[in-house]
Amino acid sequence: MRQISNLSWIALPLILGTAWAFTGCKPKQIKDIVEGDAAQKVYVAPGKYDELYMFTSGGFSGQVSVYGLPSGRLLKVIPVFSQNPENGYGYSEETKPMLNTSAGFIPWDDAHHTELSQTNGEIDGRWLFINGNNTPRIARINLVDFKTEEIIEIPNNAGNHASPFITPNSEYVVSATRFSIPIQSNPDVALASYKENFRGTISFVKVDKSTGKMSIAFQLLAPAIDYDLSHAGKGPSEGWMFFSCYNTEKAHSLLEVNASQKDKDFILALNWKKLEQYLKEGKAKDVNASYAHNIYNDRTHTATSTIEHSVKMMDLKDLADVAYFIPCPKSPHGVDIDPTGQYIVASGKLAAVIPVFSFQKMQSAIAGKEFEGTFDSIPVLKYEAVLAGEVQKPGLGPLHTEFDNNGNAYSTMFISSEIVKWEVATQQVLDRIKVFYSPGHLMVPGGDTKKPYGKYVIALNKITKDRYLPTGPELTQSAQLIDISGDKMKLLLDFPTIGEPHYAQGVPADLIRKKQIRFYKLEENKSPYVTLPPDTRVVREGKKVHVYMTAIRSHLTPDNIEGIKLGDEVIFHVTNVEQDWDAPHGFAVMGNNNAELLVMPGETASLSWKPQKPGVYPFYCTDFCSALHQEMQGYIRVSPANSGIPLSWGLGDDTHISKSNP
Amino acid sequence: MIKSMKLKDDSTCKEMTMKPVSRWIVLACAICMTGSLVFPFWKITLVAPQYPEGLEMFIYPSGVRGQVNLINGLNHYIGMKAILNDDFPEFKVLPYWLGFLILTGIVTFIVNKLNWLWIWVSALLATGIIGIIDFWRWEYNYGHNLDPHAAIKIPGVTYQPPLLGYKQLLNFVAGAFPALGGYMIIVPGILLTGIAVFERYNQKKRKYALVS
Repeated sequence: MRQISNLSWIALPLILGTAWAFTGCKPKQIKDIVEGDAAQKVYVAPGKYDELYMFTSGGFSGQVSVYGLPSGRLLKVIPVFSQNPENGYGYSEETKPMLNTSAGFIPWDDAHHTELSQTNGEIDGRWLFINGNNTPRIARINLVDFKTEEIIEIPNNAGNHASPFITPNSEYVVSATRFSIPIQSNPDVALASYKENFRGTISFVKVDKSTGKMSIAFQLLAPAIDYDLSHAGKGPSEGWMFFSCYNTEKAHSLLEVNASQKDKDFILALNWKKLEQYLKEGKAKDVNASYAHNIYNDRTHTATSTIEHSVKMMDLKDLADVAYFIPCPKSPHGVDIDPTGQYIVASGKLAAVIPVFSFQKMQSAIAGKEFEGTFDSIPVLKYEAVLAGEVQKPGLGPLHTEFDNNGNAYSTMFISSEIVKWEVATQQVLDRIKVFYSPGHLMVPGGDTKKPYGKYVIALNKITKDRYLPTGPELTQSAQLIDISGDKMKLLLDFPTIGEPHYAQGVPADLIRKKQIRFYKLEENKSPYVTLPPDTRVVREGKKVHVYMTAIRSHLTPDNIEGIKLGDEVIFHVTNVEQDWDAPHGFAVMGNNNAELLVMPGETASLSWKPQKPGVYPFYCTDFCSALHQEMQGYIRVSPANSGIPLSWGLGDDTHISKSNP
Repeated sequence: MIKSMKLKDDSTCKEMTMKPVSRWIVLACAICMTGSLVFPFWKITLVAPQYPEGLEMFIYPSGVRGQVNLINGLNHYIGMKAILNDDFPEFKVLPYWLGFLILTGIVTFIVNKLNWLWIWVSALLATGIIGIIDFWRWEYNYGHNLDPHAAIKIPGVTYQPPLLGYKQLLNFVAGAFPALGGYMIIVPGILLTGIAVFERYNQKKRKYALVS
């Protein structure tokens, strides 16, 4: 025993020492790298406004969320592609048409990239565009009232991912398909016939200068590959649009392997000014298509959905001098143009370098015909002829790049989970910072325009793991705010996001704040169902009963309704007759197979209800509007189908009985 | 020491003229008062936690404007009668009466007689005093004659708004102050009263020689 214990006296320090030696070599976990005055830099005192608005896509939530920066406070979720029971979007009779498509009503989409309208390559704060990836659509949000005003479906597209990137004067938002598909009268073809029967398409969607209304100007038939992301040229490169392309292997199965075979895929450079010219020359054919075009009118407070039947189409095969492929390593993802418009930065997801292409060199290469061949009849430029330089060892899994106003670029590294700062002109890495975890896009306010605001970069992270209090298996995604005003990037704040924040846009608050409306003017309300006192009434039209109702603090008029029969459809048309700021009224009725209405002051909204059995049903205001909000309630009586109860309605002592239609 | 006064000038005020400086001030005041036809007399503001920016109501000679509908909407909780322009006969008469007063001022300037000045200034002062009493009376009625069925009833509490200055009315701080148009009549009113006093004093000086 003594011998053993003596041995242990010697052995124990040895074992511990060896263990220490090994653990001492283990790289330190960087958990808390927030330093100094981070809290001060993001603290926005109660009652004070944030410096910037941030608009981020909600990803699979189908919506847009609006945050204040630098505080990271959530200001609003704007419903776009998904029904939103919170305010009745997609549930009210007025807004249902917004979610109509050629395939009928679709209550959801996967929303990816937010893009603010631009004038002269700078954010003008008029509209926000966002793409629906799953059922290809582009939506436009009016930034006067933060409402989705228009959604246009993109036919011949399957996976609207390279969208809705915008040209410097908002002439076009683009839409290139992620999935190539058979585009022919009979699309019922074998999947194995991909190479023969499948094509890609790229659509240029015109944006009206004054109204913002969208229309598909033309579509291009393009090689059957996957189009991923895009950005418009600006300054010297204005008039060009760049798209990243992968799966140039043309695989249709196990793309993980089969689309990762080639050493280089492409950046597609498209001369859209020339395409406009070809369109004018009549090179486009009218092709049958079926797509929904939904417009919300802020005067009638009503959306209409129109199915359009034709698009103008051109085949890139037939068009000379408009399209060129730039070889780019390993399945490029982001393609980003620096503020000067001279450099095109492309990020190969699996590449060890970030190539930086020169627009000037590209033009010389085109003029000097420095091609290494063609791909589906499109000339492929020589890599070296176009290359300005490569960022060496940027990190692992480069995805996206944004720019500041001092000639620097910031790239996300998905695999090594960091943001890398480098100088555009020299491609020298200047700094790197860990983010948590696996950033996709990143955003510098104005970072994809001619005039970045700078100051911050926001990492939009796909994975959060241990970053927050756990919430079961389904965890939040996150955004991380990083100060880029100094030489070293400094992490300031992170906050959870609604859905998956793909791309985001940031803009100085004043540009948006100053033009906000506070309510809709009642005298401008052109809804066919607008009701002003004393015209509140109930009208039977066969089995439809229209209730023309008003809401004001703190009563609904009428609040007593009788004479509804089983089998009727009751439609409540609620006009909020307030003309005050922050005075919405909600409306809901018991047992309705529908959501509520949230009616803004001066607005009219309609809720359909099909009662299931006779009885008395309460309805009430759902938005705590005033001290007597709980009193803002009423009853509607439903009688058997054969009952002779006359239709009547009233408020207090003021009651009416319908004479014309009992 | 004044021992007696001797009549020096036996012309009556019908014949006596104003000093040139007074006469021009009379014209300036009459012109200035035309502003009260265009700009609001009085401004009433209401600030509450829910209305940090405040609600505003402006009283013009021809009626009330501003966020009157909103204020009426809120007042219904305490049973206050809605403020409706049609309920005030004053608003139908006041613009004409003001116009008449301004014209009288211009005539006073033209005829340049002291008796016109007396009449005009008296009419102005009378209008001002009656106006303020009338305004107070309306405020009293709105503040006291409350609907007995109102949602909010607090025994003994009335809601008469202030005539001038601030007053707490439930959650609202109500403020009442002259607005631009009001000043364009108050300032001339004070000035003209001063002129009248001055001319009166001067008239006496001209009329009587002082004998020491």
